[in-house]
Amino acid sequence: MAIVVNRPKLTFTERLYLPAILAGLAITWKHLKRALFNKGIVTMQYPEEKWDANLPDWYRGAPTLVSDEHGKDRCVACQLCEFICPPRAITIKPMEIPADDKWRKVEKRPEEFDIDMTRCIYCGLCEEVCPEQAIYLRKDYSITGLNRAEMVHDKETLYKLGGVREGLVFKWNELK
Amino acid sequence: MDTALILNFLSTPWVFLIWTTFLKSFILLNVVLGVVSVTVFAERKVSAFIQDRVGPNRVGLPLTLLGGKKDSFFFGLGQMIADPIKLLTKENFVPAGVNKFYFWLAPKLVMIPPVLVLAVLPYGSTLFGLKMTIADLNIAALYIFAISSLSVYGITLAGWASNSKFPFIGGIRSSSQMISYELALGLSVVPVFMICGSLNLNEIIDWQVANGWLVAPFWPKGFTLASLLHPHDLLHSFAAGISLQRLLLWIPLLISFVIFLVAIFAETNRLPFDLPEAEQELVGGYHTEYASMNFALFFLGEYAAMFAGSGAIVSLFLGGWSFPLIPDGSHGWYWGLVNILVFFAKVSLVLLFMIWIRWTLPRFRYDQLMKLGWLGFFPVALANIFLTAIIMAFVRH
Repeated sequence: MAIVVNRPKLTFTERLYLPAILAGLAITWKHLKRALFNKGIVTMQYPEEKWDANLPDWYRGAPTLVSDEHGKDRCVACQLCEFICPPRAITIKPMEIPADDKWRKVEKRPEEFDIDMTRCIYCGLCEEVCPEQAIYLRKDYSITGLNRAEMVHDKETLYKLGGVREGLVFKWNELK
Repeated sequence: MDTALILNFLSTPWVFLIWTTFLKSFILLNVVLGVVSVTVFAERKVSAFIQDRVGPNRVGLPLTLLGGKKDSFFFGLGQMIADPIKLLTKENFVPAGVNKFYFWLAPKLVMIPPVLVLAVLPYGSTLFGLKMTIADLNIAALYIFAISSLSVYGITLAGWASNSKFPFIGGIRSSSQMISYELALGLSVVPVFMICGSLNLNEIIDWQVANGWLVAPFWPKGFTLASLLHPHDLLHSFAAGISLQRLLLWIPLLISFVIFLVAIFAETNRLPFDLPEAEQELVGGYHTEYASMNFALFFLGEYAAMFAGSGAIVSLFLGGWSFPLIPDGSHGWYWGLVNILVFFAKVSLVLLFMIWIRWTLPRFRYDQLMKLGWLGFFPVALANIFLTAIIMAFVRH
């Protein structure tokens, strides 16, 4: 059934249209005047001012590798993240931990761990799949570089960005 | 040849006319192009402020490149230079399938008419005894309407030559828009000519100097610095200024002013009548396919038309270069300069008003515009002429 929308009956002043224009001009003038005195402006001057403090806890920024309070680099090079990564941004080259190392019984760690940030889609699957709580998405979002090579984060960069994260499950203690 | 001979040659009447005209044209053209670039900047800044934004504020002097500690932004004033540089250095891309000749011709056709209109605008009284109008035509007002409506050909041609849907619709709209407001534009100023008895803009302004601006023609005759010293004369002439005829004539003049103002908005393709451009519906309308300097010419044409239109409004209704208590150029060259400044100040205010309107009102639908032109402004403007005639004939004082 057709819906009939009745046109409103306009009064003479409304049909004249000019009073409405004047009212509109008054509104825009109010905003103009306020902005001239630097009040009510909503723009954020980006590189100088940032919204970082207001980012939510669940914000998915750049993926990073973390160490824990025991001085252990968490990654054990199981390569699950490499396999699950949808855009195949992660490349891991595992190595055996040498016999004289403190964490000998872990057996494996990455020799190279590259995340290509030109490919990363910040989906967070790597963080979700990691059995060692080693990879976390942090709040860095402004990842820049002058060429493609600079956009690849290597192991060193990833651990630097990730830093130390405390209170994680520690399953490689001496008792176990 | 000695200098006396050259000076003698330069002051022969026809040679004098030629070189002063060239000088005036050269200076005015350059000033107006400067004003255009400032207007574009003002447009961006004012629109930003109205929308609670900051607007362009980053382009300034790169002092850090020269070893300074901090860049100096100057409220982003460098944007005025950056914009033209960008347009000049971009690739001038011409799409395949356009009609090349008309595609190149159209921007020039849009650019030239507003510049030609500048020729008759009195932008000052006199300077060193020289009239500050490039061409003191007797038909100046008619000339303005005749020339400024020519730019619609450029727009229509651009729409057609682009060989693309959106520009074509833009061009069609432009021509339909022109025939609907042009009549009202011409008719709305007829009362002005009836009251002033002249089509010459200089004479219209002289009338306004003597009787007050046409938006409020109540000022006493000879309201000058000298008359302030004789309060009795001033009072007497002030009483003469406010007569029944003047009060009654005020009504048609205000109607004329409103119609003329609205028609100038349509003439310059400004919002709320920028139907040929209509970036939300038609991408960019007639200049969708244009790039670089070809596009810049459209831009320049639009803003130069704004300047010319504001100049016409100021000359016809807002007293031109005159301002109460400021004498004209015959009292000394500095007053001549002040008159020029007054003209440009008034034009700037009208330009600001145009920008302000643009960021206040939504666009008219084009059937609404045509209805407004044919059923609204045209009959009202026509009736206005008769009203003026009746008042002038029957109310003597």
